[in-house]
Amino acid sequence: MKNWWKVLCIILLLYTIVWGFLGPIPNLDIIHETIRNLYFHVTMWFGMMILLTVSLYNSIRYLSKSDLKNDIIASEATNVSILLGILGLCTGSIWAKFTWGAWWTNDPQLNGAAITILAYLAYVLLRNSIEEEQKRARISAVYNIFAYVMMVVFIGIIPKFTGVDSLHPGKGGNPGFNTYDLDSHLRAVFYPAIIGWTLLATWIMTIRIRITNLQRTN
Amino acid sequence: MKKLFALVAVLLGLKGLAQNQSNQNMGDMMRSDGKIYVVVAVLVVIFCGIIIYLINIDRKVSKLEKETKK
Repeated sequence: MKNWWKVLCIILLLYTIVWGFLGPIPNLDIIHETIRNLYFHVTMWFGMMILLTVSLYNSIRYLSKSDLKNDIIASEATNVSILLGILGLCTGSIWAKFTWGAWWTNDPQLNGAAITILAYLAYVLLRNSIEEEQKRARISAVYNIFAYVMMVVFIGIIPKFTGVDSLHPGKGGNPGFNTYDLDSHLRAVFYPAIIGWTLLATWIMTIRIRITNLQRTN
Repeated sequence: MKKLFALVAVLLGLKGLAQNQSNQNMGDMMRSDGKIYVVVAVLVVIFCGIIIYLINIDRKVSKLEKETKK
């Protein structure tokens, strides 16, 4: 049974959808029931970061081994990550509208996320602009390392500074959900949800990799 | 024998208590959520549809892979 992880993915996501809506939640001001977005909006970003790390690993491996297999995995992992990132931006925007009162604020976390998506869109453009395979693989692998550092700086480091004015939980000196709000009820759905959505993205990624391999052999 | 009866009685009592509690919770949940389970059902159907579609694509790619190997 080599497809066990696909079954696990379906079970975890069904659990997330059903228990994510019916399960108990903590009583929070302003946020109220929208805390359930934790299982859908936040998990998009977790999935994106996990897949971008897979992409980074494969880019580094390509640079040391020059195996095109690693290049294909790196590029398809990035493609699916961009999808997750755009979904994360859209869902975050909706959530912001109903809790902060605006679709988009000049928040370092929001702008950082947008810059990250743009940096990875540039990766796709860069790849498409180079014809020769080995050259394309090498240049995009180097750029991928640079883009990953940008992602860590713009999502992980800058918004966390206490001096920065940010509304986002866990950023700009605000307490994150994990410090006092993320109780055991939320955790019981949140962690399986991260694994489930990441597995779904991985599934899509493997299909894209297989299609690319088929195109190359033909 | 008496002890056994007592044990069975206690167990039955516990079972009844547990059932009562779970029923109450269930009723409260359904009422307080205002038919949220309808939305859950719709989402589950949509999710299943997407997953079945994904499985189909997966199978098609597997078939193509087999054909190109020949």
